[in-house]
Amino acid sequence: MINLVWLVPFLPLLGFLINGLGRRYLSRSQVGITGSGVILAAFAVSVLIFLDVRQPGFQAQEVRLFDFISAGTLQIPFAFRVDQLSALFLLIITGVGSLIHIYSTAYMHDESREGFARYFAYLNLFVFSMLILVLGANYVMMFIGWEGVGLCSYLLIGFWFKNTAFNNAAKKAFVMNRIGDLGFLLGIFFMIMQFGSVSFPEVFEKAATLGLNNGIVAAIAMLLFVGAMGKSAQIPLYTWLPDAMAGPTPVSALIHAATMVTAGIYMVARSNVLYSLVPHIQAVVAIIGLATALLAASIALKQNDIKKVLAYSTVSQLGYMFLALGVGAYTAAVFHVMTHAFFKALLFLGSGSVIHAMGGEQDIRKMGGLKKYLPVTNWTFLVGCLAIAGIPGLSGFFSKDEILAHTFAHSKALYVLGLLGALMTAFYMFRLYYITFCGKFRGTHEQEHHLHESPAAMTVPLVILAILSVVGGYIGLPEVLGAPHWLAEYLSPVFAPSAPFAEAHHLQHSTEWLLMGLSTVLVILFILLARRQYGSYEDTGRGNTGLAKVLENKWYVDELYDAVIVKPLGMLSRFLQDALEKGGIDRLVNGAGRAVQWGSQQARRVQSGQVGFYIFAMVIGMIVLFVIGLLL
Amino acid sequence: MPVQYYIFLSIALFCIGVMGVLMRRNAIIIFMCIELMLNAVNLLLVAFSKMWADAGRVDAAAAQIFVFFIMVVAAAEVAVGLAIIVMVYRNTHSVDINILNRLKN
Repeated sequence: MINLVWLVPFLPLLGFLINGLGRRYLSRSQVGITGSGVILAAFAVSVLIFLDVRQPGFQAQEVRLFDFISAGTLQIPFAFRVDQLSALFLLIITGVGSLIHIYSTAYMHDESREGFARYFAYLNLFVFSMLILVLGANYVMMFIGWEGVGLCSYLLIGFWFKNTAFNNAAKKAFVMNRIGDLGFLLGIFFMIMQFGSVSFPEVFEKAATLGLNNGIVAAIAMLLFVGAMGKSAQIPLYTWLPDAMAGPTPVSALIHAATMVTAGIYMVARSNVLYSLVPHIQAVVAIIGLATALLAASIALKQNDIKKVLAYSTVSQLGYMFLALGVGAYTAAVFHVMTHAFFKALLFLGSGSVIHAMGGEQDIRKMGGLKKYLPVTNWTFLVGCLAIAGIPGLSGFFSKDEILAHTFAHSKALYVLGLLGALMTAFYMFRLYYITFCGKFRGTHEQEHHLHESPAAMTVPLVILAILSVVGGYIGLPEVLGAPHWLAEYLSPVFAPSAPFAEAHHLQHSTEWLLMGLSTVLVILFILLARRQYGSYEDTGRGNTGLAKVLENKWYVDELYDAVIVKPLGMLSRFLQDALEKGGIDRLVNGAGRAVQWGSQQARRVQSGQVGFYIFAMVIGMIVLFVIGLLL
Repeated sequence: MPVQYYIFLSIALFCIGVMGVLMRRNAIIIFMCIELMLNAVNLLLVAFSKMWADAGRVDAAAAQIFVFFIMVVAAAEVAVGLAIIVMVYRNTHSVDINILNRLKN
């Protein structure tokens, strides 16, 4: 089955070609069936691969398709690497991806026939790129997928391209990603320079021989992390993700919550050896992750757009994953990627269902009381909120608790801040839940009349994701419960090479119980606080003041970037345009043209039409030639 | 006679021909001046041929063959050139070459 791994990315590519080329001829149902069918088929192949990979004693395999680049001693094959990590990501991408494709068939039904096909073509292309990213057997392959998902992200954010604001959001996402991509690219160049190879095992082996705290490895790790910052929306490159909510909601669920934004985590987890070799870069990763988690969570407290809250929540959860990577808890990070994919996709799809029912309204102040109109959405959304808040028994609890426990073992200060972020998460998620689903309906009468539960194609994926959000955590039970941590055992071959360099954390069982109890009690307390404050929310229409206003305006980070980077850059560009372009280059080019014109004007006087003059010139020329011949 | 005499006479004839072509405006005269130049060259060729023959070169007479070529070409040229001049005269009632700059525009 491993040799058929090429089928997994090939099927979405096929779907992309069919939907993309046949967008004028295919009907909606044909497009929907092709688009979702290829992803489901890819999921089926992924499951078969996963069953092979989870056999005990499975060795990572490379499936080489053809030579991609061979220059001198540098060989870069177009090869797929099948191991525990990539097999798990295949399952997440194709599994959540197929649910979101099915959901999209209903959600995008109001699009024109061609737009519908275009949407599915992009979505299939995205899944293809994402699969290339996680399956690539070397950093160049990963970079191909990395750029591919960036492109699809741009295309899908700007899917409704007639809206200028949406287009600007798409451009912002693309440009910010480019900054990160440059870091990634430089990292690859350093790698080729230093190790002469980009294949994962070779790079890790050669890096390990350089020993701890090597400068080159630190540079590579830092540059790769810059790439991850861009793709996974970390400080300082996170501002594109909230704006990316301009895209259709299933896109936000698939690309900007479940899969693409976790590419950075995948990359760092894949390069675990490099990071374990340079603890100070790892510390940078942890601090940036934690800072992002806190900043984004604080912004989410005061947002009023249902998707913006979820977007900042995503940024914040991604910060947690980087915190886990930074403290060396690679398994916990991947675990959180998985559970986050479930509950965040669920929350986004739930918000899509709400937006669908509200006829495009996204402002939660105009919602309220949707509980009785949208029962399925309400229940599944509640499950998602409970999971992300970390209520014991749901998936988010296990993964987040594992991250916090590792953080505690690493540093107490980081733990306290991390816990603070987790409490904010609980608070803003339940603020969102209570304002949206509880209290009285605050929209227009027309909207109230229109309210309806979404069709089965939307609710069934919600229910499946809700079930996964509950049970997804049981593959990684904490040690104290006595059950084996299945995921850690499963992933151990991937993280084994970095084990000799990583410091081992071990917590007392009593400490672990205490941490779990503490976070549970505090989370419940914060949920109750949110219930008390927003349980029967009334929109007073009063603006926020003080800190709340700063939070509502996202700490004015966008304004700061505008003032510090965008405006000076614009001024510089204008200066260069006026002084260098118009005054320098243009003048030079036009001057050359004018000089030729003037010269020809003078030269054409020689062509007088006087035969006598011509003969005279001829004789002079002959004499000159004669003299030259004599002299030389 | 020394060969230098022939060379000086030849140069003199050639320069008269050149100056005539440059200075005169009458097409017939210009034509005659061209003939003068050609014949100056012919004279030179014959003189050099004689010189080399005196010096004992067996192939020296070859230069005189050239003279016949030039004469043939000159005759052909005269035939064409005079025809052109006749046509010019029919059109303009003049053989002044300064009138011919009408081609300019």
